[in-house]
Amino acid sequence: MEYFLLFISAIFVNNIVLAQYLGQCPYLGCSKEKGVSIGMGGAVIFVMVIATPLTWVIQNYVLVPLELGYLQTIMFILVIASLVQLVEMFLKKSVPPLYNALGIFLPLITTNCAVLGVAILVQRKEFDLGLSIFYSFASGLGFLLALVLLAAIRERLEVTHLPKSMQGVSAALVMAGIMSLSFMAFKGMIS
Amino acid sequence: MAKMWKEFSKGLWAELPPFRLLLGLCPTLAVTTTAENGFGMGIAVVFVITLSSFIVSAIRKIIPKKVRIACYITVAASLVVAVELLMQAYAYPLYQQLGIFVPLIVVNCLILGRAEAFAGKNPIHLAVADALGMGIGFTLSLTFLGAIRELLGTGYVFGIEVLSGSFQPIKFMVAAPGAFVALGLILAGMNYLSILQAKRRGDPAPENPTTGCDACRACAGHK
Repeated sequence: MEYFLLFISAIFVNNIVLAQYLGQCPYLGCSKEKGVSIGMGGAVIFVMVIATPLTWVIQNYVLVPLELGYLQTIMFILVIASLVQLVEMFLKKSVPPLYNALGIFLPLITTNCAVLGVAILVQRKEFDLGLSIFYSFASGLGFLLALVLLAAIRERLEVTHLPKSMQGVSAALVMAGIMSLSFMAFKGMIS
Repeated sequence: MAKMWKEFSKGLWAELPPFRLLLGLCPTLAVTTTAENGFGMGIAVVFVITLSSFIVSAIRKIIPKKVRIACYITVAASLVVAVELLMQAYAYPLYQQLGIFVPLIVVNCLILGRAEAFAGKNPIHLAVADALGMGIGFTLSLTFLGAIRELLGTGYVFGIEVLSGSFQPIKFMVAAPGAFVALGLILAGMNYLSILQAKRRGDPAPENPTTGCDACRACAGHK
């Protein structure tokens, strides 16, 4: 039951983009076409699910026993950066189809604050390992959902007659605001 | 001197980071529930970006080109750890208010973006002028957005009551949707201004800026 609630909450109620403001750069930058948005969302889920348990293990088995908690930020970002690099090299060699689908998005993910954000969030919420893997997967799904929805809306917006100054990111942000408003309605589901 | 001023002043209007370059949008949306939080976040970013540009520019000739992004990230991350510790010591309430967004300064595109686009190629005095301008522009933008949201959402600015009496606070503005809509409308306003400006000069209408995603691509280390 705990897992189910966490799942719903991470996707709908506390959506990582729409309620927690993480990952805005790819959210606005990669939401012009549906195909691109699906690729980006997939890559984020992939990296998040690997990076979160790895940083969890490092935090709890290296940093905490050695009392180096203050190095968390620098440690996590370096681990994520090298992990992304490794994953990219591994996929290129071993799983070419997956690399072709996600490859171009992987380098963008190092500086995606959603990945580092979730890694730090699970530490602040003091989740155990299983729960943090689950949480990172659900957060990634929430990101994918928000991204694909916005891409679909923006494809429609392309053919409407917006004032020149509203075109592009400006209209996308207002749309994101309205989406965020409708996602707030899910708050009633979990008290 | 004139050159330094030019690099400094472009961050204040022509290349205003969140509103024109669309860099660093996560903190722009997240911490601007009050003007004070926006200002505090801005000051932290000024500290990190100025020192990081200084260090990156100072060691730009030693850094091998292939691993430069990793070096920039390490520099930024060390400075962010310093900011975290300083805030815990001297501004603990603000540290708690900003929460997860203090460590996330390290992935703020603005810092890596300036290191990659400017500090890595220019001498120290220009790099610092550029970083200070960008940092102060970022602070002003965040304070401005924070003030608008706080004013409409609660009737206060910087904790001082401005609107009272018959004014009904619009709770929407201090919640997540308000952040998106307010930023979207500010961007539209900025676009409108630059279109007007171009018209007055007789230039063709400029394209609306797109996200800093291209800048992030540079940060991500693949060229």
